[in-house]
Amino acid sequence: MKDDAAPSAPTTAVPFDPGALGALMPMHLHVSPTGHILSVGPTLSKLRPDEILVGQRFLEVFEVKRPMHIHQFGDLLNHGSCLIRTKFRTGHRLGLKGLFVPLAAQHPLLPDRRQSGAARPVLLPNPHTVADTQPAFSGALINLSLGVNVVEAVQRYSLSSADFAPADPTVDMLYLIEAKSVALEESKRLNARLEGARVEAETQAYTDTLTGLQNRRSMDTLLHQLERSGEPFGLMHLDLDYFKQVNDTFGHGAGDYVLKRVSTVLQDETRASDLVARVGGDEFVLVFRGCVNLAVLEGIALRIITRLEEPIAYNGHQCRISASIGTTLSSFYQIPAADRMLHDADQALYKSKDRGRARHTVFDPEQRDARN
Amino acid sequence: MYGLVHRALQCFSQDTYGDVVWNKVVAEAGVQVHEYEAMLFYPDHHLDDVLLALSNHLDKTPAQVSEDVGAYLVTHQRMEAVRRLLRFGGTTFEEFVLSLDELHDRVKLALPELDLPELEVEAHSGSSFSVLVKSERHRFGAVLLGMLRAMADDFGTLVMLDLGMSTLGSDDVERATIELFETDFATGRGFGLVAEERSR
Repeated sequence: MKDDAAPSAPTTAVPFDPGALGALMPMHLHVSPTGHILSVGPTLSKLRPDEILVGQRFLEVFEVKRPMHIHQFGDLLNHGSCLIRTKFRTGHRLGLKGLFVPLAAQHPLLPDRRQSGAARPVLLPNPHTVADTQPAFSGALINLSLGVNVVEAVQRYSLSSADFAPADPTVDMLYLIEAKSVALEESKRLNARLEGARVEAETQAYTDTLTGLQNRRSMDTLLHQLERSGEPFGLMHLDLDYFKQVNDTFGHGAGDYVLKRVSTVLQDETRASDLVARVGGDEFVLVFRGCVNLAVLEGIALRIITRLEEPIAYNGHQCRISASIGTTLSSFYQIPAADRMLHDADQALYKSKDRGRARHTVFDPEQRDARN
Repeated sequence: MYGLVHRALQCFSQDTYGDVVWNKVVAEAGVQVHEYEAMLFYPDHHLDDVLLALSNHLDKTPAQVSEDVGAYLVTHQRMEAVRRLLRFGGTTFEEFVLSLDELHDRVKLALPELDLPELEVEAHSGSSFSVLVKSERHRFGAVLLGMLRAMADDFGTLVMLDLGMSTLGSDDVERATIELFETDFATGRGFGLVAEERSR
């Protein structure tokens, strides 16, 4: 640090004519010691197209947000070189930021002190000269930038790349913003398409394509979920009777038609929260969530059988079917296991078949306990 | 290569000749893709196969079709983004040409994986330039020529363009030559640093 404090070489002041200053810093202000604007960079003057800034007081045109407590231009000068945040006082109150540098009348400023480890490039009055005399200023130079307001300002004031200094990467930044948003739009488009395809694939994976009912995969998912949650439920296994005859007599078209009709009946007789799955050619599983009331389920089963026995008209033929149903309840088990319950409902279903079809049988847990 | 390039060829084909031609062309080319996604990757040979099939279908040479693709990228409404990004290169056609050797790095900034050929610009006089295409794939030169022609129109500049071969070290590379005649031959199209729709 000591080395920096003792300037070894004399500092050379660099004089600029206003044209060169404007080209180097198109958004600069040169301000007199009394705070009057002496010259304005060409781009900065484009931000006030209907106003002549030269001759006005800097603090009457701009409100200084940082540094704080600036009441007169002398405050800024005394502050020394600093970051400045400012806004136009009137009209479109565009925010600007930049560097304020007092210009010493007699005493050259120390150059960039970044080599001393400081974070910001700031010019300081030469400490040797400050010590013996009051610093005298010939005014100040303020170099402003649009910062993050650049997109808005470019639009509003129709700025072009010629309005930015060639060393200023703003135009490249605008290019990058635009290129990245094009790429982002393409990515969004792709994501939307993939999401659509994913949803469709998932729906297909859980749906029986002929009837629109859920499929076995969907049933497995729900049963395992109920297994984990412990939520009570009733499980019904339904097998159509005489369906093979319909297929054999009237053809597969009639069979498909009947299956669609069956799915309508099953959906009508269940709640939206229940699951109706087609798990085989003419086999269905119904899961009644939260329902272990045998009387209710018995009623539903009998209604389903009655409705399925209504003849179904197809191409002038009357297709007649019925259904056998077996039911079990999660409340029959200490720990309801999906596989076990499916097996038991199936047992009950076969009992219905044995008893002459078109019936509903409830699994008898005592029979199982006796068997075990 | 990035599907962006494949998709450009697809959009050109569909917008210029319609979906029917495009479907015939992909079938003819034997590629299993009908819709290229800009942000996915596809094999390079798809480009050659589709371009060849399209050229055969249109009874044109692949170079002619490539040049049309280049012009399409600059002029078609659907490709406005390309025109705008190119216009960032400079405020005059001359500046734009001189900025072409930056194009590779510029594109890399936005899409690091889109590996466009590097271009090298030589200025012979204030009105005569040539652009070397540093790539073993001799196809981009024709696309570049079409783009240059359309960009000259965009700036309202009258130019004469030609495509030939040149040697660069031990490689044969394509060379586009540009002769500028009148810089304000016609009124060009406008360009604002920020696109119109961004303001809304």
